[in-house]
Amino acid sequence: MYAQMVKTGLERIQSKEEMSPEERSFQERIDADIKIEPKEWMPEAYRKTLIRQISQHAHSEIIGMQPEGNWITRAPTLERKAILLAKVQDEAGHGLYLYCAAETLGVSRDELMEQLNSGKAKYSSIFNYPTLTWADIGAIGWLVDGAAIMNQVPLQRCSYGPYSRAMIRICKEESFHQRQGYDIMMKLARGTPEQQRMAQDALNRWWWPSLMMFGPSDADSVHSAQSMMWKIKINSNDELRQKFVDQTVPQAEYIGLTVPDPDLKWNAERGHYDFGEINWDEFYQVISGNGPCNRQRLRTRVNAYEEGRWVREAADAYAAKKAARAQAKAA
Amino acid sequence: MDKKEWPLWEVFIRSQHGLAHRHVGSLHAPDAEMAIMNARDVYTRRNEGVSIWVVKASDIAASSPSEKGPLFEPANSKVYRHPTFYEIPEELGHM
Repeated sequence: MYAQMVKTGLERIQSKEEMSPEERSFQERIDADIKIEPKEWMPEAYRKTLIRQISQHAHSEIIGMQPEGNWITRAPTLERKAILLAKVQDEAGHGLYLYCAAETLGVSRDELMEQLNSGKAKYSSIFNYPTLTWADIGAIGWLVDGAAIMNQVPLQRCSYGPYSRAMIRICKEESFHQRQGYDIMMKLARGTPEQQRMAQDALNRWWWPSLMMFGPSDADSVHSAQSMMWKIKINSNDELRQKFVDQTVPQAEYIGLTVPDPDLKWNAERGHYDFGEINWDEFYQVISGNGPCNRQRLRTRVNAYEEGRWVREAADAYAAKKAARAQAKAA
Repeated sequence: MDKKEWPLWEVFIRSQHGLAHRHVGSLHAPDAEMAIMNARDVYTRRNEGVSIWVVKASDIAASSPSEKGPLFEPANSKVYRHPTFYEIPEELGHM
């Protein structure tokens, strides 16, 4: 997902009996669906895990602007260009909502930026793949944003107030992203044979990385179990992945595209699609820094930060000058 | 890294429907003017508002979560402040 394999720092789940009175009343509030708000007491592991999860999510939004930004200057029409600009601007906005939510947990924006720019922080594996043709912009909106929505909709109900509120804002905006992506794919899939090939090629390249977004099976993960107990993770990775496959396959069929998985077939007994093995080796390579674009993404990010430095400094100087003037006037 | 972090501003937006300004989130900006400009881009990309307030987060005084009980207790015990406390005969119709 946008936050993949978030660690809790815990090795096993505490039973109610082992919890301190504070921990127990905290868990009882979560069980009763009462939101946890900033400055209220919370276990240190909850706070740290949330910072990790929310900041990873924020970093993904920020880095996620790059693969799409690649096509802003080359969008096929002025309308498509305006739409793509609006979408990329939304991603920046989503990153900002999430950074603010993370900051309510006591981490500073500068620390978060430092973690991203130094390469220490993780972001979603999906953004380390290149966008080779215009059809990739369609595939990202349709598949990548589609997969993100699967995860973000349930997170609107998560236990931490500021995170839940950020997710509500994001979900409102995200459905435009998915629909505009499908709209691009639909146009191409009904276009010339060459355009159809482009659409199919984009689906071929983005399908498996999109399934990887949900992360490896976490059926036996202590971290996931703990996060679910805290209600900062609502569904298991496999559950969301299955839901995504079930939803997406008919959409591909509708526009005459073929999902690149020979093992894909409807299982009437389960009421779900069966699908093939995911190449987890590739996933681990990509999240550990060896994907097709990891270095480029980080370099672009650092350059943008460095090249914006003079703007930030000018804004600071202007604010200081104005404040000094206001003070002189008051004196 | 920059030497100092921009202050945090809390953003309040009034929507078109005549409701009061409502807290929507926060952002960093060097001064109030930039905070309003940034708030426009971050929080009103879809016509969410017709007016923006920004307040430095450090200027907001907040009640303490741990004193929530005693602070709000006086209202808790006064159910007679709600109209539903009073029973009005049905044959009287709406009141």
